[in-house]
Amino acid sequence: MVTQITPEVVRDHGLSEMEYERIRAILGRDPNFTELGVFSVMWSEHCSYKNTRLELRKFPTTGPKILVQAGEENAGVVDIGGGWAVAFKMESHNHPSAVEPFQGAATGVGGIIRDIFTMGARPVLLLDSLRFGPIQGNTAAVKKNRRLFAGVVAGISHYGNCVGIPTIGGEVYFDESYEGNPLVNVFCLGILRHEQIARGAAKGVGNPVFYVGSETGRDGLAGAAFASRDLTEESKEDRPAVQVGDPFKGKLLLEACLELLASGCVAGIQDMGAAGLTCSTCETASRGGTGVQIDLALVPQREPGMTAYEILLSESQERMLIIVQRGQEAKVKEVFEKWDLPYALVGEVTDDGMMRVLNHRRMEVEIPAAKLADDAPVYEREAIGCQAAPELRIEDVPMVDLQTSLVQLLAHPTIASKNWVFRQYDHTVRAGTVVPPGSDAAVFYVREADKYLAATTDCNSLYCKLDPREGARIAVAEAARNLVCSGATPLAVTDNLNFGNPYRPENFWQLRESVEGLAEACRRFGTPVTGGNVSLYNQNPTGAIDPTPTVGMVGIIDEERWITRQHFRDEADVIYLIGPVGREMGASQYLAIVHGRKECLPPRLSYDLELGVQAVVLDLIQRGLVKSAHDCSEGGLGVALAECCISGERRIGALARFGHWPYRLDQILFNESQSRVIISVRPEDAGATEAVCAAAEIPFGRLGEVGGSDLVVCTEQQTLRWDVAQLHQAWYFSIERAMESGFEF
Amino acid sequence: MKIAVIQFPGSNCDQDCLRALTDGLHVPAEYLWHKETSVFGFDAVVLPGGFSYGDYLRCGAIARFSPIVKAIVRAANDGMPVIGICNGFQILCEAGLLPGALIRNQSLHFVCQPVWLRVETDETPFTAKLDKERLLRMPVAHGEGSYFAEPATLAKLQSKRQVVFRYVDESGKSTRESNPNGSMLNIAGICNEARNVVGMMPHPDRAWDRRLGSEDGKLLFESLVGSLESVVTL
Repeated sequence: MVTQITPEVVRDHGLSEMEYERIRAILGRDPNFTELGVFSVMWSEHCSYKNTRLELRKFPTTGPKILVQAGEENAGVVDIGGGWAVAFKMESHNHPSAVEPFQGAATGVGGIIRDIFTMGARPVLLLDSLRFGPIQGNTAAVKKNRRLFAGVVAGISHYGNCVGIPTIGGEVYFDESYEGNPLVNVFCLGILRHEQIARGAAKGVGNPVFYVGSETGRDGLAGAAFASRDLTEESKEDRPAVQVGDPFKGKLLLEACLELLASGCVAGIQDMGAAGLTCSTCETASRGGTGVQIDLALVPQREPGMTAYEILLSESQERMLIIVQRGQEAKVKEVFEKWDLPYALVGEVTDDGMMRVLNHRRMEVEIPAAKLADDAPVYEREAIGCQAAPELRIEDVPMVDLQTSLVQLLAHPTIASKNWVFRQYDHTVRAGTVVPPGSDAAVFYVREADKYLAATTDCNSLYCKLDPREGARIAVAEAARNLVCSGATPLAVTDNLNFGNPYRPENFWQLRESVEGLAEACRRFGTPVTGGNVSLYNQNPTGAIDPTPTVGMVGIIDEERWITRQHFRDEADVIYLIGPVGREMGASQYLAIVHGRKECLPPRLSYDLELGVQAVVLDLIQRGLVKSAHDCSEGGLGVALAECCISGERRIGALARFGHWPYRLDQILFNESQSRVIISVRPEDAGATEAVCAAAEIPFGRLGEVGGSDLVVCTEQQTLRWDVAQLHQAWYFSIERAMESGFEF
Repeated sequence: MKIAVIQFPGSNCDQDCLRALTDGLHVPAEYLWHKETSVFGFDAVVLPGGFSYGDYLRCGAIARFSPIVKAIVRAANDGMPVIGICNGFQILCEAGLLPGALIRNQSLHFVCQPVWLRVETDETPFTAKLDKERLLRMPVAHGEGSYFAEPATLAKLQSKRQVVFRYVDESGKSTRESNPNGSMLNIAGICNEARNVVGMMPHPDRAWDRRLGSEDGKLLFESLVGSLESVVTL
């Protein structure tokens, strides 16, 4: 049966009239139905970045340590010294997780892991940045959010735990804007020797092309196109576009591919992620400046009777395309038979730049590979700015009982302990987790390379909603600050841009502002962008999500003794605030959670101050003066101090004196001014600490001392006192309590 | 002396176990593939954690039929020291080398956290160097680690001193709160009647290096090496 190409068919494939004309011009004829499908997935936003490509060019992508740049390959590669390098990347699985949270999240993990080992790297750690609607309460919407949250966490746990890669950190936010459209951004980092960098290019005319891994089925048909549409009530109908993950197969594929790569017989390797076989064939050919010809009849298939269209567009998981040096075919057989994985010789590299797909020797697809992979239209979308958020007038904020406010903030799921989440993730496998989840940044010891890596993900989407440019800058600054607090020097960034429908000018403006903010901040912090992912069309029936440009940042700690944790350690240690006390309360969690106002101007970032604070904190750490370091973020100083008291294995109190300070106490406690770090030092090191800070000409102040069983904050007028055991109760069990209240399907 | 670390498809603590032995203790250890049919040339066997064959059916249910497990059963019956950690423990129960079963955690969630263990017996090759009642710190990470056995089996385990480790709190008391998965009698590890086969859910392979927050796991492997050496000198 031949499907006629009508304007409706073209539209159903998400292609515009103009795009269809472009396809005709490339082919010099009308495409057939299969070719139309191929173009539709390759030119979807998910694969082509057609609406964002011009923006993404603004990122700094070069640097002395960058070995593989953003966009060159599946993931960027960064030098970490001693002949070792890291490959890392973050990717979203938002749309699939919205309709099928467990499999959506699981396959998100599987997909990013394949991106990393495709580079020749052994994946060693995972992080997740997750965002959901509110989970406290008993409305139908809240119960649904709990179901999505529980499903996503279980899905991540299902895949990551089985594959044996520790999930050692990340973040979880809860906000109305993510209701019905959760964000699931998964970060993976792998380690490799410089000479092990593998390429996704089809090199060497005549080289055989192998298909390895799971059989192709009908699952995940056109998932890339699905991810390039708005989520609506009807999106549930798209469940067949969600793939099903098999972590066991994923683990075998990982081991088999690394073993084959180590043998030196691989000329090119590419995972089959979005757009499956289609994408891997045309991208390898395009990168290699060659062509590829395959016959679909040779592809291992899960069910009979699949059409060429279905085989090409399937997004079945755990599959790779491998181009092997001619004459080395037996090696593939040996390795894949050892691991009991399907493999098949499906074609060869050609010299004419064409992607040719046959089915039982009948030509189904004949497209110039480079044009398909790289010549998608590029659009500049209309952007209309929103009015700047007004400055907060503190007089408009009624005074409330601050004793209660701190407890309320600590118990809010966004700020509360995420132990309910990370206890479900295996975060100790691979025997390298030095700082487990729950500190500013997770620290992992890579035994084979003898290196300590720190990694974090950050984004305050409330700031981004109210000022996307400043919010994006702050996301980078906070990520760097988190790394510095753990003792690391920031190296490089991967980003995951989560926004609404780009055809709405206000959404596109948010995206552009965020990209420019990220780009500028990455330049200032000397952390190039090594790659990432764009997820648009994050809409639910009530509108777009808050703009969420998630930043994943990796740092390196040269010496073990520099590794620093966030919690206070011993009685009588002296507490310092490095950075200003601050007073900016706009867009703060205090304003949002306690006063129900998600509004006003977010804090401003000063690069000079931020870089100065980070430099001095790192200097103090490297001098061996710092016993704990914790950055101030959501919830300000009050929450940060409380976390220093309650996040260690042993809880301990603290006293902080603010003396004569000309602001209200809620401003002191809960403002979210940037560039602030709380450290604690041995009493005998107080003098040395003060001398270093003074010499650096950075604002700092002695807050008080660690000790006792209460957190005490006092000014000249007022003293507040909390029992740390009670703060711990509110903070530690909040999410668990919410999750015990049941789900709704 | 040479210790085998078994590799099933889906094992994911094989590298950790091998490193604990070779890097942590500097004793010779090698991987042994699941398709092998003999443990000849090895003096002890470690069954590592992971998801052998995917564990989609019941943990360890398929692994027990693998060629290597059949060889391990023969060797264990001849007295070779064998330790199963996490998935390895599940496999030993499925293979009938240890009594009882490991069922889904009471919370129904996977649980990954540090725990305290109390050594209940020093009469196994893996605890010979440890004092009874000594506390050990190491992580657990499993979805199906709740130890279950019939009352008669439990009674026998107790009377024959086959309980090797119990989950306890920091002060050494076995409490409900210190039990991470709902195991009966807070059982974290057991041995067979002949005492040469030990299974445990917690991970000594993740606690053998100061950087990991605990070196207590190393003590188990040191005990094993000590036991093997004393056999060799005899």
